[in-house]
Amino acid sequence: MSRVTIHDDADAAVACVSDGSTILIGGFGMAGMPVTLIDALIRQGATDLTVVSNNAGNGDTGLAALLAAGRVRTMVCSFPRQKDSWVFDGLYRDQKIELEVVPQGNLAERMRAAGAGIGAFYCPTAVGTPLAEGKETRTIDGRDYVLELPIRGDVALIGAHRSDRMGNLVYRKTARNFGPVMATAASTTIAEVAEVVDTGTLDPESVVTPSIYVDHVLDLSAAKEAVA
Amino acid sequence: MTATVEHLDRGALDKDAIAAMIARDIPDGSYVNLGIGQPTLVADHLAAGSGVVLHTENGMLGMGPAAVGDQVDPDLTNAGKIPVTELPGAAYFHHADSFAMMRGGHLDVCVLGAFQVSQHGDLANWHTGAADAIPAVGGAMDLAIGAKDVLVMMTLFAKDGTPKLVPSCTYPLTGVACVSRVYTDVALFDVGPSGVVVLETWGTSFDDLAARLDVELRRAGD
Repeated sequence: MSRVTIHDDADAAVACVSDGSTILIGGFGMAGMPVTLIDALIRQGATDLTVVSNNAGNGDTGLAALLAAGRVRTMVCSFPRQKDSWVFDGLYRDQKIELEVVPQGNLAERMRAAGAGIGAFYCPTAVGTPLAEGKETRTIDGRDYVLELPIRGDVALIGAHRSDRMGNLVYRKTARNFGPVMATAASTTIAEVAEVVDTGTLDPESVVTPSIYVDHVLDLSAAKEAVA
Repeated sequence: MTATVEHLDRGALDKDAIAAMIARDIPDGSYVNLGIGQPTLVADHLAAGSGVVLHTENGMLGMGPAAVGDQVDPDLTNAGKIPVTELPGAAYFHHADSFAMMRGGHLDVCVLGAFQVSQHGDLANWHTGAADAIPAVGGAMDLAIGAKDVLVMMTLFAKDGTPKLVPSCTYPLTGVACVSRVYTDVALFDVGPSGVVVLETWGTSFDDLAARLDVELRRAGD
């Protein structure tokens, strides 16, 4: 009996999210963004969320729609300001959302640390810049480093290309981005995939996210059939 | 280079000419990250057969040109979220691996834009510090400290005439002492611990630049 639950209903896939949670949301711009899960999270109603994602929403869909619904208290990201980030921009200027800006590599590595059980790490990124202010620094072999702490999620919402029925995931092109790291860093990982295939049909050598990191899978092809 | 070369018979370089000069200076076979905006023009000027492999921080080596028509695939974009293509030999990887490539010292060159560069190679390119500006750093700080060679591509003067090569940056820093060479429309500079060396000028002379900049300039070979 596999531990993962395969869903054809997005609402069931996100039923476990509670108010006040920290949600890791995959995607770089719209590539890899789990839009169907986010739409379901909006219907589900969880609020007072801290969202960790590279960007702060594009256009009016996906993460931008979650922000527009007023569900997010704090946004942790590397690059909020884009030409189509008007939803976030408005909330920020009206002081309706808090922002923590994290260098993109630190965002990834802090989640990697959480997923790998690393208590903290010294990193050369941001030394001597405003983003290192107030953080412990240390010189190791003549080079300066900043102490960075893990970012752990209660829930990760990610997009992948395929899953087998055990929850092993493969991705597609640059839509992979934060998915594999976020899957390791959250207590509960929920992936939406274009299709679910039979266990044994994914090449084990090409599995990117092993099933141990995955709790729920939304099968978008089945979800489409269920609606039709 | 043994002496500063002054091209007084021609005007300032346009952005394509700057990009071409950067492409000329990138060693064959290098692994290179081109920053968002003007640095992406460098790709158009890399010689066929140079063997340069482009890295995009959203998880790819072997990035090809921008995608057109049927090539557009929403799952394949560059760091500026523009649809791109893949070249033979391309590889995909997740974000932590992508930035480990930088911090681990595997990436040979990155080319970044800048608001300001200091005479010792400090870089400011992420935040103007204005009260109403929304800060957005992206991968700039990781690139600045990670690539073996950090090249800057910028105009030497802001639209209001203010020099962007400065004694010390007044904008918030992206990285400390990280830039090695600055390519501008009117001059090519080396920057670093021993200060600024002018390698080449276009439409202006060493003496003109020395009068307009607040930093001490040295001639190449001195």
